[in-house]
Amino acid sequence: MAPVGPRSGDAIFSSIDRVNAELFTLTYGAIVRQLLTDLEDVDEVNKQLDQMGYNIGIRLIDEFLAKSGVSRCVDFKETAEMIAKVGFKMFLGVTASVSSWDADGTCCSIILEDNPLVDFVELPDTCQGLYYCNILSGVIRGALEMVSMKTEVT
Amino acid sequence: MQFFGGSEINPSPQVPTASGNNAHMMYVFNRNGVCLLYKEWNRPLHTLNPQQDHKLMFGLLFSLKSLTAKMDPVNAEKGNLGVPQLPGQGCSFHSFRTNTYKLSFMETPSGIKIILVTHPKTGDLRESLKYIYGLYVEYVAKNPIYNPGSPVKSELFNTALDQYVRSIS
Repeated sequence: MAPVGPRSGDAIFSSIDRVNAELFTLTYGAIVRQLLTDLEDVDEVNKQLDQMGYNIGIRLIDEFLAKSGVSRCVDFKETAEMIAKVGFKMFLGVTASVSSWDADGTCCSIILEDNPLVDFVELPDTCQGLYYCNILSGVIRGALEMVSMKTEVT
Repeated sequence: MQFFGGSEINPSPQVPTASGNNAHMMYVFNRNGVCLLYKEWNRPLHTLNPQQDHKLMFGLLFSLKSLTAKMDPVNAEKGNLGVPQLPGQGCSFHSFRTNTYKLSFMETPSGIKIILVTHPKTGDLRESLKYIYGLYVEYVAKNPIYNPGSPVKSELFNTALDQYVRSIS
């Protein structure tokens, strides 16, 4: 059988089992709400979300590598593109874009146009410091750490 | 043979059905050298106790990878011999064969190494190893009870592996 080349995010996304988007959004919302009730401190919640994301990320990387079949990225730019185009597409079904590269090429921003996690969400005034999507930062940090890349994601 | 419900990303490579067992052993290591899984189907000769065996296997692969990267006549950028290369970087060997067995190896960028020892006439097992990696993802990485970095004790994984390995010639 001819070896399968790296697949595009679209192809993979359409071929794996998916859950209902609203269910996913509502579940995530419930998690954040419960964390806020339990911990009450916004910074603590941010840290917890990051930790949860980290635990997810270290397992997610294997699934990503197995399903997408990509080989090692040559530099950080390629890594960022890979995360934004293939990774997000594969797991969330949305494409992100990479922008705001700094002079060294060591720092960038990944922008999600429509983020499934924040559908229907409104933050009240009491939680203004909350990074609602911090779990995504944790996931990226965890995943990159398993491929020997130490990063800071905020 | 479908292992994942309805999913067809990694269809089992077409192989002639073989009766009996052609694989001898299988190891799965993680990036720190911890042996996550050791399975044995047909190994008449045991020379070392399991710990030494695992250490030897991991050390062998580490050295082989280093050596093959250093001896590469094509790739310009080489590390020093003995310096760990990042998984997936540079050239990597995928199998060696002796007169009594063939050892096939695959390493992922996340450091998971899969080793399969089979009889010498086995063809190229790279696709099979990729499929096994897919199985690992399904049954191990996605298992919420599994603690990453510890040996794998999943019954489902073992059964699925057994079934798959018996079918490759």
